[in-house]
Amino acid sequence: MKILVPVKRVADPDNANKVKVSDDGTKVTSDGLEWKMNPFDEWSLEAALRLTEDVSKKGMKGDDGKPLDRIGEVVLVSIGPKDAVQTIRQGLAMGAERGILVEAEDSSLDSHVVAQVLAAVAQKENPDIVFLGKQSADGDSNVAGTKLAEMLGWPLVNYATSIRTEPGSDTLTVTRALDGGVQTIEVKMPCVLTSTDRILHPESVKNGVTPEDHKYPESEGGRYASLKGIMAAKKKPLEETTLEALGVTPKRTEEYVKFALPPAREGKATVVESVDELVEKLHSEAKVL
Amino acid sequence: MVCVRPSVREIGPMTVDYYGIDEELSEEERLVRDNVRRFVSDRILPDIGRHYQQGTFPVELIGEFGELGLLGANLKGYGCAGMGDVAYGLAMQELEWGDSGVRSFASVQGALCMYPIHAFGSEEQKERYLPGMARGEIIGCFGLTEPDFGSNPSGMITVAERLSGGGFRLNGTKRWITNGNLAHIAIVWAKLNGKVHGFLVPTDTPGFTARKIDDKFSLRASVTSELILEDVEVGDDALLPGVSGMRGPLSCLSQARYGICWGAIGAASSCYETALAYAKDRVQFRRPIAGYQLVQNKLVHMLSEITKAQWLTLRLGRLKEAGKVRPAQISLAKRNNVAQALEIARMARDVLGANGIMYEYPVGRHMMNLETVYTYEGTHDIHTLIVGQDITGLAAFE
Repeated sequence: MKILVPVKRVADPDNANKVKVSDDGTKVTSDGLEWKMNPFDEWSLEAALRLTEDVSKKGMKGDDGKPLDRIGEVVLVSIGPKDAVQTIRQGLAMGAERGILVEAEDSSLDSHVVAQVLAAVAQKENPDIVFLGKQSADGDSNVAGTKLAEMLGWPLVNYATSIRTEPGSDTLTVTRALDGGVQTIEVKMPCVLTSTDRILHPESVKNGVTPEDHKYPESEGGRYASLKGIMAAKKKPLEETTLEALGVTPKRTEEYVKFALPPAREGKATVVESVDELVEKLHSEAKVL
Repeated sequence: MVCVRPSVREIGPMTVDYYGIDEELSEEERLVRDNVRRFVSDRILPDIGRHYQQGTFPVELIGEFGELGLLGANLKGYGCAGMGDVAYGLAMQELEWGDSGVRSFASVQGALCMYPIHAFGSEEQKERYLPGMARGEIIGCFGLTEPDFGSNPSGMITVAERLSGGGFRLNGTKRWITNGNLAHIAIVWAKLNGKVHGFLVPTDTPGFTARKIDDKFSLRASVTSELILEDVEVGDDALLPGVSGMRGPLSCLSQARYGICWGAIGAASSCYETALAYAKDRVQFRRPIAGYQLVQNKLVHMLSEITKAQWLTLRLGRLKEAGKVRPAQISLAKRNNVAQALEIARMARDVLGANGIMYEYPVGRHMMNLETVYTYEGTHDIHTLIVGQDITGLAAFE
């Protein structure tokens, strides 16, 4: 099984107070930001790694030196400037096989162009699954996966909470959480998937090879990259390409008109004398009653 | 569909980096630092206060240390990660950002036990022990210090004698031995015909006893023991063949002290981060205490010393990677970084007021831990004399 996992770098939310908007308000300036893999992409990457491994052979190597626990291929793709490579390396260190960087300026991209690029990469790579994060933690647009499925003409299952398959099968059984229930979908590959955090549940991914009773550790994110994984990642193939080389003519459908930071909070406290005065002020000044 | 926002913990907090040292690191080094920090944040911090209070080491995490490759991380081959010395140092820094006891475990296993087997062991010894030690399945301890021989280890009275039928008999007592009661294998340094040699002693060998030292107020999330060897008989294959004399144990200490240089920065950073956040939040006389000159003086002193230590230690790491580092240079950094970290911890405790003595915050724990780090692996004063001897050519301790 071959899975294409797009990984986007996003500004580290812990560093969010450093996000600044340019003077004319047309773009977010990236100077001094620390970058992390979009956490939603990380969830999908974790699920993709689980689908393509046999944990009973963990740490074992074949005569050719290749790890025996890897039974499929995970290919990472990121679209962005050169230093987005670090995000791909993190994914390679977690266990993915190889990476593709499509060089582009962040300012030249919108969800439509991203979907166009991913469609071109998918057509070249022919994966069984393109497994995206449901959205990016910065833009929150939540449309790239849907557009991609439409462009490829592939089935789409958004917000997967569990996935089950068998070796050699061309079908995935995917569940989604609905209000008050669970929906189970059978989907033929190739297909496009996105996930929710429930995909990280210890028993959410079953590939028919890893022992049925295996439980992954409880986690709020993907697996840690081991130091050996980080060393191995240095030697994994990383291809750099461009929109032109992929034959993509970017067709932006959105223009970002204005960005604004939230207004600074005013820390004003008023001491009131009585409950009546409090109610009056909540009604006439705060207008919450 | 509810949008689940990633939590702060999942991403991990940022590190203290006032001068942009991040840009001096390779991609691989940054990945090591970030992944180890996330591991420490997720897996160690939630429970370490309880372990410290109860005086227990988080043994449940040893397998995960192995899986992450934290044990013997800068050794090549035999299942070790083969990291560069700076990447290894950053891993130690992040572990001690969690707790000095946790970093001590990794230092003893990797630098004091795996390193001598790797450097001085026979091929058979390396194959037998190193892969299992890297996985955390075989735990080691390092027996050098004795009750009456601390700063002067060459005075040791533990002896080995060659047996007529082959093998050796060991007698003596070792004290302040980290991991002693967890260990499957002890590296015991003993005098054979007056010369110091290293012996690999399985801890289940008859005559070998480990006694846990419980009544300590520092490094409580770490196992400290006394080892008693009474007519312990081991085979010829227990001897580390590659070294004799004090060069053996001293070269191990250089490895471990190098890790401590980085670790101290981690503990200091945790204290500084905590004090800064607390001072900005804590209001007295109607404004945050961070706005008062005396508090700012403390915070700036902390940041200044951390920043200096970072650059000093990064340079030390690059020297080590180039094979050019001298033991006295490691002594200078150990002496400086630990003393500064201890002072920073005490200042942070002060900034936190009464909260500084509570388990809720990490600073009291770091402060108490660092009292041990100040003394072990060469006391502050001994490192002063090592550097003093290096620059004057005159030994003050002999």
